[in-house]
Amino acid sequence: MTSAGPIPSTPAVADANRPAIELRGVTKRFVSPTGAAFTALRDVNLTVAAGEFCAIVGPTGCGKSTTLALISGLEPPSRGEVLVQGEPVHGVGRSIGYMFQRDAVFPWKNVLDNVAAGPKFRGTSNGEAVAKARDWISRVGLSGFEHYYPHQLSGGMRKRVALAQTLITEPKVLLMDEPFSALDVQTRALMENELLDLWAATGASVAFVTHDLEEAIALADRVIVITAGPGTVKAEYRVDLPRPRNIQEVRFAPRFVEIYEEVWNSLKDEVQVSYERATHLRAS
Amino acid sequence: MTVADELAGDFDQARARARARRRIMVLVLRIVLAVVIVGLWELGTRTGCTGTDTETCVIDKFFFGQPSGIWAQIVTWVQNGTATGPLWEQIYVTLLETVLGFAIGVFLGIVFGVLLGRNALLADIAGPYIRALNAMPRVVLGSIFIIALGFEIWSKVALAVVLVFFVVFFNAFQGVREVDRDLLSNARILGASPRQEFRHVILPSALSWIIASLHTSLGFALVGAIVGEYLGARKGIGLMISTAQGTFNANGVYAAMLILAILAIVAEMFMTRLENRLIRWRPNAVTDVTF
Repeated sequence: MTSAGPIPSTPAVADANRPAIELRGVTKRFVSPTGAAFTALRDVNLTVAAGEFCAIVGPTGCGKSTTLALISGLEPPSRGEVLVQGEPVHGVGRSIGYMFQRDAVFPWKNVLDNVAAGPKFRGTSNGEAVAKARDWISRVGLSGFEHYYPHQLSGGMRKRVALAQTLITEPKVLLMDEPFSALDVQTRALMENELLDLWAATGASVAFVTHDLEEAIALADRVIVITAGPGTVKAEYRVDLPRPRNIQEVRFAPRFVEIYEEVWNSLKDEVQVSYERATHLRAS
Repeated sequence: MTVADELAGDFDQARARARARRRIMVLVLRIVLAVVIVGLWELGTRTGCTGTDTETCVIDKFFFGQPSGIWAQIVTWVQNGTATGPLWEQIYVTLLETVLGFAIGVFLGIVFGVLLGRNALLADIAGPYIRALNAMPRVVLGSIFIIALGFEIWSKVALAVVLVFFVVFFNAFQGVREVDRDLLSNARILGASPRQEFRHVILPSALSWIIASLHTSLGFALVGAIVGEYLGARKGIGLMISTAQGTFNANGVYAAMLILAILAIVAEMFMTRLENRLIRWRPNAVTDVTF
């Protein structure tokens, strides 16, 4: 496929035996403490193939984060079905890794204990967990910082800790909720490159939520556009840029700019709707 | 070493010297302040007096005491003991009551705080009673404790426990409820069982709240012990104060207060060290590493 046009929302890679993530007609409603119901997602159909890096973009408040919460099993869907590796999701599964938007490293554990937390929770022996953690700490470039506490590290270093903490459990499905949005532009590009390298070595399927279209295209094999809330899948775009990619350089490729224009045309209407709603709410 | 480095080195040295100078100056001024106040006090009790009538002095030492008299009182206590036995025994008894009251109060506060913080039903049932008990001036319970537990240390320990309990309880309760949702989610994703979640996320998170309450609690424990001794005791610094009060011995009250202040400061120092040990991970802890 050479054109980047919208593709039907059937499983993207037809020959992959089973999709890593599948949402079938999923609706999610929340009830606020005042009793008002709020629909975050409406009738979402979405598939991520095994080993695929899939970016989910949409305007603020479109339910991107909710999508990840449903896949992880932290939240049950109100209607519809969520499948991970062909199995319906009931509660938090073992094959999931989840990187949160805010720092979710444990502030009372040092780097080593933070990274070793996953294996230890899952019953790996202490010595083995620590050895594995040291390996991952060096893979994310934090050797020498094993005994530092999170508050002693920079924002970028804390993200590395979170990355190692997530990847050490060798998740088959990696969920990322705007993990780098709090970082400065340079650190962010570095982290994105590092993520691609680490991901290439694991072969995990990734659902990467972001509101930054450039980041989405630079990282992903496929970009899914979600409508302004209640969110539903608007369109999908294949990103046929060759790998391995360099985040800083791929942005200048003519093909990148083409894809960007095409996706942006679809996304901007939703951003407009979301913006108008926000300003309308504020005005009223 | 470049010129810039040398300059930077000089600059750092100059700053270190300035800091040291300031520290010495502060210390000297502190001592001067104490000397001036105590000196004026002493002077006031010695000037303007006619004959042996202390009422005519600028400061009447019969009512307001006299620094030299306070010192003499302490020396007497150290050398000859107090009316209720050796001085060290009084200090020991008060300290014992304080430490026991503190330990038991903190323990109970944490247990009930965590229990009610984790269990919404229990919290809803017990909530109004706890608020009512907390609103009551709990010092009045001291009389009940003296009647029920007698003049020995346990009535004072009980009063200290009651004072400490509520401070720690509310902090532990709040701490357990204010746990970061993302941290809980993260632990769950990483494979934590409910028990591991409690041990690795909820408890450490609540601990920073609990520890914040320990300073106040220690002060309350001391208040409990002293007030309890006031109300009725056989030994202790509170009893020394009430005895001195009964004999119009102003110097005795001040001397006991001085001893109490020293005890409080020492206890506070221990508390700070304990605190820094328990939450090394917290920002602004003394162990901050710079790099």
